[in-house]
Amino acid sequence: MTDTILKSHSPVNLTPKDFKSDQEVRWCPGCGDHGVLNSVQKAMAAMNIPKEKFAVISGIGCSSRFPYYMDTYGFHTIHGRAAAVASGVKSANPDLEIIQVSGDGDALAIGGNHFIHAIRRNIDMTILLFNNEIYGLTKGQYSPTSKQGMVTKTSPFGTIEQPFQPAELALGAQSKFYARSIDTNIKLTTELILAGAKHKGTSIIEVLQNCVIYNDGAHTLITDKETKDDFQLILHHGERMIFGKNRNKGLVLGGNGKLIVVTIGEFGITEQDILVHDAHNPDPHMAWLLSNMSAPEYPVALGVIRDVAALSYEEKMVQQIKDVQAVSSIKCMDDLLNSGDTWEVK
Amino acid sequence: MSQKTKVIEKEEVVIRFSGDSGDGMQLTGTQFSDTSALFGNDVATFPDYPAEIRAPQGTVGGVSGFQLHFGQMEVNTPGDFADVLVAMNPAALKANLKWVKPSGTIIVNEDSFTDKNLEKAGYDSNPLDDENLSDYNLIKARVTSLTKECLKDTELDQKSILRSKNMFTLGMVYWMFDRPLEHTEEFIEKKFKKYPLVVEGNKMVLRAGYNFARTIEALPYNFSVAPAKIKKGIYRNVTGNKATAWGLIAVAEKAGLELFCGSYPITPATEILQELAARKDLGVKTFQAEDEIAGICTSIGASFAGNFAVTTTSGPGLALKTEAAGLAVMTELPLVIVNVQRGGPSTGLPTKTEQSDLMQAIHGRSGECPMPVIAASTPSNCFEYAYSAGKIALEHMTPVILLTDGFIANGAEPWRIPKMADLSPIEVPFAKEGDNYQPYARDTEKLARKWAVPGTKGLEHRIGGLEKMDITGTVSYVPENHQVMTDIRSERIRRVANFIPDVPVKGNDDAEVLVVGWGGTYGHLTTAVRELQAEGKSIALAHFHYIFPLPKNTKEVLQRHKKVIVCELNEGQFAEYLRAGFQDVKFNQYNKLQGLPFTVLELKERFNQLLEEK
Repeated sequence: MTDTILKSHSPVNLTPKDFKSDQEVRWCPGCGDHGVLNSVQKAMAAMNIPKEKFAVISGIGCSSRFPYYMDTYGFHTIHGRAAAVASGVKSANPDLEIIQVSGDGDALAIGGNHFIHAIRRNIDMTILLFNNEIYGLTKGQYSPTSKQGMVTKTSPFGTIEQPFQPAELALGAQSKFYARSIDTNIKLTTELILAGAKHKGTSIIEVLQNCVIYNDGAHTLITDKETKDDFQLILHHGERMIFGKNRNKGLVLGGNGKLIVVTIGEFGITEQDILVHDAHNPDPHMAWLLSNMSAPEYPVALGVIRDVAALSYEEKMVQQIKDVQAVSSIKCMDDLLNSGDTWEVK
Repeated sequence: MSQKTKVIEKEEVVIRFSGDSGDGMQLTGTQFSDTSALFGNDVATFPDYPAEIRAPQGTVGGVSGFQLHFGQMEVNTPGDFADVLVAMNPAALKANLKWVKPSGTIIVNEDSFTDKNLEKAGYDSNPLDDENLSDYNLIKARVTSLTKECLKDTELDQKSILRSKNMFTLGMVYWMFDRPLEHTEEFIEKKFKKYPLVVEGNKMVLRAGYNFARTIEALPYNFSVAPAKIKKGIYRNVTGNKATAWGLIAVAEKAGLELFCGSYPITPATEILQELAARKDLGVKTFQAEDEIAGICTSIGASFAGNFAVTTTSGPGLALKTEAAGLAVMTELPLVIVNVQRGGPSTGLPTKTEQSDLMQAIHGRSGECPMPVIAASTPSNCFEYAYSAGKIALEHMTPVILLTDGFIANGAEPWRIPKMADLSPIEVPFAKEGDNYQPYARDTEKLARKWAVPGTKGLEHRIGGLEKMDITGTVSYVPENHQVMTDIRSERIRRVANFIPDVPVKGNDDAEVLVVGWGGTYGHLTTAVRELQAEGKSIALAHFHYIFPLPKNTKEVLQRHKKVIVCELNEGQFAEYLRAGFQDVKFNQYNKLQGLPFTVLELKERFNQLLEEK
């Protein structure tokens, strides 16, 4: 992908290596996070933004060690609060490019409130949501995305909780950009990070990530060489929703409002019958249907599911300040101190 | 304007307006205090209202009060007891009678003393017919019917007519104290600009009340309170919350930074956020966060990004911000946390005052987590101490807690307007492009690290909540390093003491009793001590604004007096704190937990008792 984000900076020539810090990467061997780190560094190098304009902000959890491995400005905050801290960073300095890193526990449990409100406000940042459906750093407890019935250290008899579908939560908070990738697909993840950074507003990139120690194989159906083509649908705006080993499967909308998987060539179905992906559709209905698909009934939707333009929070904030300043007679603190009812004691 | 027969000069007067929380008593009181301030009196006010916006009508729980104290001398408190009580209904009379001076004047809205209202207020019989009130100058005015009568020929609807009855009582009180109506008339014109009928109606009722008081000669004599002899200058009225907001804006302007406030609304601190939100003209960025935690976290983010960041709250909110406050200590980022204290614990008494968050402010965080704690003591000096808190935060690269309380936050007083040029400069320790930046390298004087603002080329670095290696700032679990960093965090806050003034003592060095206070009790303590000094008593006052660290002369001050008494609106938190630091001093205590300020009377009684003890 050669697309670059046009910013007001002079062109910079950076390579992924320029974004590597001197700190030793301490994730477990085989952890999906390594792939995401790789993708982020590639994407950043491709953005044509000077290094000092990046701020990488994380919460707590395995994925949240991320900033230490990036040679940019970075802030490893506290559990769940990364979205709030990042919101403050961006509001204070709208010129910065914000990458916010969270896991499913960090963003959806302890930080659920900040996650939905950052999206609602549409603060311009890219949130990487590492979804491994487990608490890794605390050594294997169920998370808000763990599948019901899953046996973990805190659910020895299986969880009785219904998991979150992160996209549903984000769409409920009026998300304008939602994309999904898988840790092993570095090319796709890189592309999505670039697309997310380019999008003005809160971009959520859910990365289906494998925890090799506590939840190995959580995403096997969509990562396994044998099955992945039949269980993943990589969406591209303007292209038909076709997938499968033989590129002969596709999605159509049934009369009941549900998506149906069909095979091209069967029952008179032709390629022309397959739905065309419109990521820019302001109506979130299709994005909701697509993001909710799960294997094995459906393929899992990857790629940019939703990308709808809207003004970001900080753009509106800066504009409002300008508008008020243009009409107010109060230009400095002395003006304010002496405004309104005052009297002189002689 | 008035035709008075007998005028009595008074040094000071206390008036308490009270009624249902929808009766407009806060507005009435504010109008009277603004008018008096414009007239040249010194003024102090105390709004006292229920937590419910419209508590059950007519009940004692729903009574809203506004007390103001004005005089021709220095006024430090809203006064213990009222010379004049305005009671708009039986509940207001019931709730406030105990605060009226013997032989004081009570104005009641006679129309509201119906059987139903008497029952709601818990009266068995009508107190207006009761012998108990014969000791007071009771003025029974049919305020509701007179207001209706006054406006009967206007096109105003019944609801608007009833709403303007507070103007009738305000007019009455204006006559009693020979105050001009112009200020309030202008206020009405401005406030109801869009509703000319309402403007005219309110002005008619105001004048009707004024004339009514004159006609009935509401008082056998009239009070006159001459202007106070106060320092020359331009003055304005200000509440503590507004002064706090303005102090914070002043810091940003002086330091050349943008101000960012991430906050969540909470009584009684909300007005600070509101005032800052209104100041977009000065470039203030306010972020109404989704919760208290996001309030402080967005501010920490803004601080990391190079803004002067603040967050405002009250006790329960401070509790929620605790973990993030620890992050600000660990990352050594400048931040001001304003805690407008209220009655606790838990939801407690949201609209009432208390000083019971002191220990929370000093110690209430996980780990060894020191940060400076400062307390303002009057509505207007909230400006000065907010400025001081911001200056310390920025120059020492640390979060700072500024304590105020519901009493000074909502109270108002005339304030001699400062000039920005007169405020002390603020030197921010920025790292600059080209520096060989080490995130946790420090200056030798303050031990402050440098602030490398994202966007600055070549200063890319990482910070966070994990323990940091001394100087380099990389993550470190080395045991010896944790000791070093803990020692540095402690020492650098202690060194703030080198940059703050000594605690001033009012009174002689050899006074027998030293009264010790902190924060919003200043006015009452000052008045009590001054009155006892005038009676020739050997007593002095040391009132603290810098709580942690304490001023360097604290030990000397505490040790030179025979008896020390610490007075505070909690169970003795400052006393405990001083005991821990000064074990050879015996600390007596005077404490009160009623959601109310001290009264000068009770303080003097306690001090006299201590003076008499052998």
